[in-house]
Amino acid sequence: MKKLLELYFCFFKIGGLTFGGGLAALPMLKREIVQNKQWVDEEELLDIYAIGQCTPGIIAVNTATYIGYQQARSIGGIVATLGVISPSLIIILIIAALLSNYMENEVLLHAFAGIRIVVCALMLNTLVSIARKGIVDKLGFLLFLVTFALALFTPIPTVLLVIAAGLAGIIAKRKEGKRR
Amino acid sequence: MIYLSLFYEFFKIGLFAVGGGMATIPFLMELPEKYAWFTTSELVNMIAVSESTPGPIGINMATYAGYQAAGVLGAFTATLSLVTPAIIIIIIIAKFLENFSENPTVKAAFYGIRPTVAALIGYAVFQLIKVTLFAVTASGYQPDFTGLLVCAVIFVLLQWPKLAKLHPILWLLGGAAAGIILKL
Repeated sequence: MKKLLELYFCFFKIGGLTFGGGLAALPMLKREIVQNKQWVDEEELLDIYAIGQCTPGIIAVNTATYIGYQQARSIGGIVATLGVISPSLIIILIIAALLSNYMENEVLLHAFAGIRIVVCALMLNTLVSIARKGIVDKLGFLLFLVTFALALFTPIPTVLLVIAAGLAGIIAKRKEGKRR
Repeated sequence: MIYLSLFYEFFKIGLFAVGGGMATIPFLMELPEKYAWFTTSELVNMIAVSESTPGPIGINMATYAGYQAAGVLGAFTATLSLVTPAIIIIIIIAKFLENFSENPTVKAAFYGIRPTVAALIGYAVFQLIKVTLFAVTASGYQPDFTGLLVCAVIFVLLQWPKLAKLHPILWLLGGAAAGIILKL
């Protein structure tokens, strides 16, 4: 029960502090799950994120379900997910019900413009640390460059890019094994 | 029965929208054609609010759309329906990986996937910076110099270990204050 409450409130915090898309949760996830709770390490967070890219659903939710399951089985997965969606339910319902002219409040708009800029800087910072952990050799660097170019210039779906990278990893390791 | 339609539509979105919250937008765009829940222009407002409030965008949009369609109960129905497929699928994958995470083939696959995911995150950050720090005008993307400067300053400060230890929320609060003061 204590574990479930811990999961709920940890993910409630992450949900409430995430501004923007699922990716924007990464700096928060890194701080809370990797550094504070030490439930997973940074590589594992990247693996979970990869799974989230290939499976349906919101990335923040997928991560919550996955880590919740690791910590406390299926019930943990469900509790962590409820935690991450609770702030949205509360905040959006308040805004939808009370603040219909919320988007016209000038002070709030300036505040959110400032927040979005900070999110950019935080994401860049997280990207640097993730790239350092995820790219360990020349093949990794090559995969990084090729994927970035393909994502930028072609409409190839993300799922296919991830699957192709997985196959490349398997083939590379097989060859390495044979050489030994 | 509106709750049943909400459950059906949002469960479907949760099952087919691969790649995060933004991936749900095309599906949401189809809803005004089928139901009288909200109009397309209301949807655009809902997306703007969802982007600028805390919480994952996909969840915010589902909550908002559900509320517009059928009040508080509608909001809960839409949001819970959206996450149900993900919960089921991820628990199955987590169970599988628990048994196979030490499997050499699975390990080799993730060895290839990690740099690729780093690149995908890099691409998403690139997109984020493009929409946040550049304004779309008739002659292309115009840089927002104040915004770029603020972003660069924060990024440089974050490289200092002592400052990097600060909780991200403090940086967000600082950003909100800077936004109000500098009228960003």
